[in-house]
Amino acid sequence: MLNRLFSGDLPRSRMLTLLLIAIVAGLALVPFIFPGAKAINVAAKICVFIVLVASFDLLLGYTGIVSFAHTMFFGIGAYGVSIALTRMGPTWAAVAAGIAAALAMSLVLSLLIGLFSLRVKAIFYAMITLAVASAFQTFASQMSEITGGEDGLSFKVPELLRHGFALSDQPFLGVSLDGKLISYYLLFAVSVVLFLLMLRIVNSPFGRVLQAIRENDFRAEALGYRTVVYRTLSNVLSAGFATLAGVLLALWLRYNGPDTSLSFEIMIDILLMVVIGGMGTMYGAVVGATLFVIAQNYLQDLMKLASDAANGIPLLSNLVHPDRWLLWLGILFVVSVYRFPTGIVGKLRAKVLGKP
Amino acid sequence: MNSATAGSPVMDALPSVNADRLPLLLVPVLALVALPLMGSLSTWVTLTVAGLAMGMIIFIIASGLTLVFGLMDVLNFGHGVFIALGAYLAMSVLGTMTGWTASEHLLLNLLAALPAMLVAMIVAGGVGLAFERVIIRPVYGQHLKQIMITMGGMIVGEELIKVIWGAQTIPLPLPAAFRGALLLGDAAVEKYRLIAVVIGLAVFAAMFWVLSRTKVGLLIRAGVQDREMVESLGYRIRRLFVGVFVAGSALAGLGGVMWGLYQQNLTPQMGSQVNVLIFIVIIIGGLGSVGGCFIGALLVGLLANYTGFLVPKVALFSNILLMVIVLLWRPQGIYPVAKR
Repeated sequence: MLNRLFSGDLPRSRMLTLLLIAIVAGLALVPFIFPGAKAINVAAKICVFIVLVASFDLLLGYTGIVSFAHTMFFGIGAYGVSIALTRMGPTWAAVAAGIAAALAMSLVLSLLIGLFSLRVKAIFYAMITLAVASAFQTFASQMSEITGGEDGLSFKVPELLRHGFALSDQPFLGVSLDGKLISYYLLFAVSVVLFLLMLRIVNSPFGRVLQAIRENDFRAEALGYRTVVYRTLSNVLSAGFATLAGVLLALWLRYNGPDTSLSFEIMIDILLMVVIGGMGTMYGAVVGATLFVIAQNYLQDLMKLASDAANGIPLLSNLVHPDRWLLWLGILFVVSVYRFPTGIVGKLRAKVLGKP
Repeated sequence: MNSATAGSPVMDALPSVNADRLPLLLVPVLALVALPLMGSLSTWVTLTVAGLAMGMIIFIIASGLTLVFGLMDVLNFGHGVFIALGAYLAMSVLGTMTGWTASEHLLLNLLAALPAMLVAMIVAGGVGLAFERVIIRPVYGQHLKQIMITMGGMIVGEELIKVIWGAQTIPLPLPAAFRGALLLGDAAVEKYRLIAVVIGLAVFAAMFWVLSRTKVGLLIRAGVQDREMVESLGYRIRRLFVGVFVAGSALAGLGGVMWGLYQQNLTPQMGSQVNVLIFIVIIIGGLGSVGGCFIGALLVGLLANYTGFLVPKVALFSNILLMVIVLLWRPQGIYPVAKR
């Protein structure tokens, strides 16, 4: 049963299993263990990013394609729902319409980019996606009548998800059963389903072909697999999941703007998460996203302490300034590409196999 | 550059290669097509000079990148760091010489600008040397890792710039004599843009000379065409590559100074913004080709200025549009490099 659920791809390391259980349990129980708005916001962000990073892993880790346009699809999802809810009012029909439109747009765009540039080398694809993504970002902020420009869109969500909505007057275990709680658990459940679905995809025969292409595309082609078709399909699938992650983010924040879903900073974040967590493992997405989002939100507090302590020492206090947290994660990223390219998950699994 | 051998004394004995001159027409054709659309000659002159200036600066930045790729199959996503580094260094150097930059005297201004550019080039070159050692050397031949590791270098570099100079936008005023515009008939042409065109042409000429008239240049071109052959003839292509990488970084530093003066303010993110532009340029030019890069840079610069004036909404996509059109015409870029 458990094996079926995880598509036969279990964590394969006791440490990793414990870590994953801790993360999932933590995410499931956040509203009850850690009261307060910040904790639940961080947890929601972790859920969204797990889906987003896993979808990027499908492309980068399993197919060996570097794309810098992943946030574009993330943004399309977020904008799709935002625009639909702003225009059609806060109904479930609007949510459905937004998702459908966003998915259709992502599908067409990813298909076009894929067919146009996946025939050539990885490096070419990386550059083209970088250019397309930056053009799309300017496009989104220029079409301000529709997208709200730099200010973005604030909108109302369907009543069930609104913070004011109360399921019952009685708090349950000290937590009020309001729309926020419902939103969170909806988000959590959808994320789990999407993640398991992706795990299913990479462990299917289709996923094996993708890995074959990653390892040796010439050989895969010689075996009779049309690599362009598989690469394009992988691109489209990953874009679709990224779109859904964007939908989740917009519904949770009830706001969307260029900086929350489209910016290049997020693209960098995703890259860091997938590499630090472990490429080509799927579980790496869970570990990487959790670690990164927590670091993003709490490392700064820690660095503030260090910065205050180092106050007066000129360069050092700048180095540990709370705003410079990305510097340290960047260094960790570079080191991890060299030292443990399979990331945390790969490291933990290697321990089991007795390798250093 | 692959066909730029005509006229060289060594080559005269060989049967002449049919030079591909068609792309050379692209730039004048684009400029002439834009003329009737513009309506007035003076606007056209202003915009053309602006476009050429922008193109020259982009060329200075991108030329090193395309050579590095051609020679060693390394695409440096961290190239943008050197741009930002050069600009910030120039800001610091110029900041110490406010007396000279504020004076109206052109000579004093040049005396202030030259050391700023030199410092930017030397430091960017030195950092380039370290960057090659630490970041790029361990991942030769592994494209996926290269992309990621140079991207990581970019993140760290950008953050270090923030550590040293701060994250806020810093104004970089032009030296006094560079400001203002000259009047050519009715057309107002900004002085700094003329200076940028002159420097760009000088860099192009110097690079052209080195590549087509010197032994080192011959080796570089041969290395771009077929690395293994050059190696088997006993040349240390690795050392050549380090040299090209350092020179490319230094040029990016110089380009950064000029870009910073062109924009007149600096942000730590300026490197990654320009990065997108230079990637488009080297794709258009054909990865590894300096001549293609020059044409591509001028096309991008001109088109950005023309469309910015005629149809501002389209201007944002003009580069992508140009890239798509060029790639439909020549899928490997304007001047495909033989090996790839």
